Amino acid sequence: MSKKHVKQLEGRPGQTSPLLALPTVIFLTIGIGIPILVTIIYSFLDRAEIGMGVKWHFNPTSYKSLFIIENLDGTTGFDSRWIKVLWNSFLYSGITTIVTAIFSIPIAMWIATRDENKRNILLAAVTLPFWISILIRTYGIRQIIDDNGPIGTIMHKLGYAHYHIIYTPTATLIGLVYVFLPFMILPIYSSAERFDFRMAEAAYDLGARRWTVLRRIVLPSIRPGIIAGIALVFIPALGSFLQSDMLGGGKTNMIANVIALNFGQARNWPFGCALSVLLIALTLGFVKLIQWIGKKSTGEKVSFI
Amino acid sequence: MSFLQIEHVRKTFTTPEGGEVHALDDVSLDIQAGEFFVMLGPSGCGKTTLLRSIAGLEYPDSGMISVDGQRIDDIPAYERPVNTVFQSYALFPHMTVEQNIAFGLEMEKVSKEEIKQRVEFALAQVKLEGMAKRRPSQLSGGQQQRIALARALAKKPKVLLLDEPLSALDLKLRRGMQIELKRLQQETGITFVFVTHDQEEAMSMGDRIAVFKDGKIVQLDTPREIYRRPVNAFVADFIGETNLIEGSATETGIHLPGGGFISRNHIAPDCQFGTSGPVTVAIRPEDFELSENEGALKGTVRDVIFTGDSVRVHVLLDETEVVASLASYGVRVPDRGETIGLNPLEHSARTVAS
Amino acid sequence: MTTSHTAPKRRRLVNLRNFPSFTAVSWGVLFFLYIPLAYVLFYSFNSSRIATIWQSFSLHWYSVTFHDPDIQRALSNSIKIAIGATIFSTFFAVIAALGLLRMKRAGSAFAWALIGAPLLIAEIVLAVGTLAFFRAVNIPLGLVAMTIAHTAFCIPFALIPIRARLGQLDNAPFEAAADLGANEVQILRRITLPLLAPAIISGALLAFAISIDDFITSFFLSGPGSTTLPVFIFGMIRSTVTPEVDAISSLLLLFSGVVLISSYVLNRRRR
Repeated sequence: MSKKHVKQLEGRPGQTSPLLALPTVIFLTIGIGIPILVTIIYSFLDRAEIGMGVKWHFNPTSYKSLFIIENLDGTTGFDSRWIKVLWNSFLYSGITTIVTAIFSIPIAMWIATRDENKRNILLAAVTLPFWISILIRTYGIRQIIDDNGPIGTIMHKLGYAHYHIIYTPTATLIGLVYVFLPFMILPIYSSAERFDFRMAEAAYDLGARRWTVLRRIVLPSIRPGIIAGIALVFIPALGSFLQSDMLGGGKTNMIANVIALNFGQARNWPFGCALSVLLIALTLGFVKLIQWIGKKSTGEKVSFI
Repeated sequence: MSFLQIEHVRKTFTTPEGGEVHALDDVSLDIQAGEFFVMLGPSGCGKTTLLRSIAGLEYPDSGMISVDGQRIDDIPAYERPVNTVFQSYALFPHMTVEQNIAFGLEMEKVSKEEIKQRVEFALAQVKLEGMAKRRPSQLSGGQQQRIALARALAKKPKVLLLDEPLSALDLKLRRGMQIELKRLQQETGITFVFVTHDQEEAMSMGDRIAVFKDGKIVQLDTPREIYRRPVNAFVADFIGETNLIEGSATETGIHLPGGGFISRNHIAPDCQFGTSGPVTVAIRPEDFELSENEGALKGTVRDVIFTGDSVRVHVLLDETEVVASLASYGVRVPDRGETIGLNPLEHSARTVAS
Repeated sequence: MTTSHTAPKRRRLVNLRNFPSFTAVSWGVLFFLYIPLAYVLFYSFNSSRIATIWQSFSLHWYSVTFHDPDIQRALSNSIKIAIGATIFSTFFAVIAALGLLRMKRAGSAFAWALIGAPLLIAEIVLAVGTLAFFRAVNIPLGLVAMTIAHTAFCIPFALIPIRARLGQLDNAPFEAAADLGANEVQILRRITLPLLAPAIISGALLAFAISIDDFITSFFLSGPGSTTLPVFIFGMIRSTVTPEVDAISSLLLLFSGVVLISSYVLNRRRR
């Protein structure tokens, strides 16, 4: 038997050579891999003396300056600014995740228990925002919470004119919740849709009331969807830029805003890269955490692609 | 006074096309305490709707349901003193066997020690003592079925509702479970209401059977009576196997296709029919005997099928095919193509409304 | 005993399929999701110069939008990039799917990490990393740079539906084709690709939508004269907000709606 023949017998019909994926892998190495590598390398270099870019001189000062400030007189002190930015990013992403989950569970269950026609329409209604630019959606929510918008007008009429939502941390949060809500609804819905309502019927039959059914039967059953939703909201929220920029008014910087600043006006690429590396590390840490939680609570591997 | 009382229950569904389906059309029913009651019928006949209405998982449009003197149709499912064994078992996949059974007891705020005891007892009842810590997914279909049963029994319901609980099991397992269910019902004394579409299962298990069709009860009686005296052609055909032969009545008897004739005194005495016009005669296959002379029915043998305990002879009377089930041993078996006569056993032929 | 006569008035029984307050919360969420979009749509017909203050109904700002040469240029840039990114990312996604999915190899972990990276790593990180890389190797910022970057982060989106579809397929059609004498190339052309076609179209649509809506990557990689529409809108919002922003946003909303509805209709017809 020739060698070629043997080889053909190994694969199943329709199975194509893994070499086919090679161009994609090469392209992604250039388009994704190298930029990440460059980011890591740059984070250990000096900033350029003039203009943008870096000076090729190894110096871990960027990481040091995450915590330590060098005063003009040469003394050093603890710098809490970037820690605070990190903390804010975590806090806002966390609150966004919790708030979106609280609202997404009811609507996902509600859609999943409608009859088929209604369900399709409602599903389309929560999917549509996916197809709309985040920039436009952020702009839309900005117009709503603007001092001259409906919320501002109502507050003005009620005599709370001195309160402002726009350009406050609350505005950033509202924007994050608004933008990422569909990212939570859809994965929970796909779990809720698979929920066998006969389970709930069995629980009712055994004497459980509606809140008990919800807590002890429904929630554990849709847990994979909730975990997926947490990942899909928390990760992009952590790296979000537009909401704090357009709604927070620069007062509530998140990591992404500081990275953008250092590649823009501040012209400190190494520091921006160091923050990027930090953000990558935090994201991967969170991914590992959520995979661990997912495996623990559902016994299934959480997959991100 | 009956134990489970169902009075004038109606339930109408609207189909997506806008039509109306009477799932339950003025159904009244009295079930006695400790009875093994079977609701039988083809799918869509309303039997499951009635069961779910008793459970409280569906609300009838009108009518009254009471258990042990307490009206239950106006209280929610979780307060009713009845429990259900679901067709799909509906075991909670994220709980162990033990937790599944304990769930219903926790809802009643039963003390921890008592829960432990009653879970153990329920597991013993269904002979699955060692399975407490397993997950439902680690059990076979038959075991899951028993856990579903144990979960409902642990609640000590006044009425246990069983919604085609055995339909997912293979034949051999099903036979075993039928016997076990019957035994369990006798031991516990709990009233069982058992829904099935399998007439053999219904007959072997029920103290009484209600045959449903199109949202109505067509016949309610003991298995024996239903088998022997079906009220109409539907019941005769649905319960067991029956030859339905269209004949025409005369003063002396009934003329059958193929030139056969059954005289009045061969027909069950409780059957009434006119002296003229068309009439449907029902004869069970096992109620025939081969006639060496001229039989009441005359026809040509079309097929002879040996099934082990009997020989089934398909006979063509003109264009009507009848099946006679003859003993496979000790009698002569006719050949294909042979012209033979068949006689119904005395009083076994019945006339039925079509 | 006559329970039926002495029974109290029937209690209103709850619908067991509904959980308390879920309906209200759901309508609230839908309202929240759509009110900003409705507001933008409404204010696009504002005749005032200031976006947030309503004056009277007018199509003025649509007319301004249609005659704004900057918008036309930005739109044309966006479309060029999106078409390029869609074609390339779909192609890369299809070959990656064929090469990687029906075979499990240890070496594929690296490939998967690269493909999945844009879904996990914040876009701004990839954007500044790409910026730094392109500057280092002297790739000029502009349409080509943006198309390369868009293609890279669109690949996972184009791949998602294809992967889902491949997961549903069993071996039967491939075995049947082989049994009937088709060789590997024929199986690929006559069986695999036709079976994947709907998923490839979905993936391409998704890639197009992701690319045309992208702001952050384009923000860092657009050179002079190669501004995309989202970057241009962002600039408008930053400076003076006229209802032109609402008008152009409404047009994009409309476009998204049409794309979604047509993909639904396509799906329906396929069924």
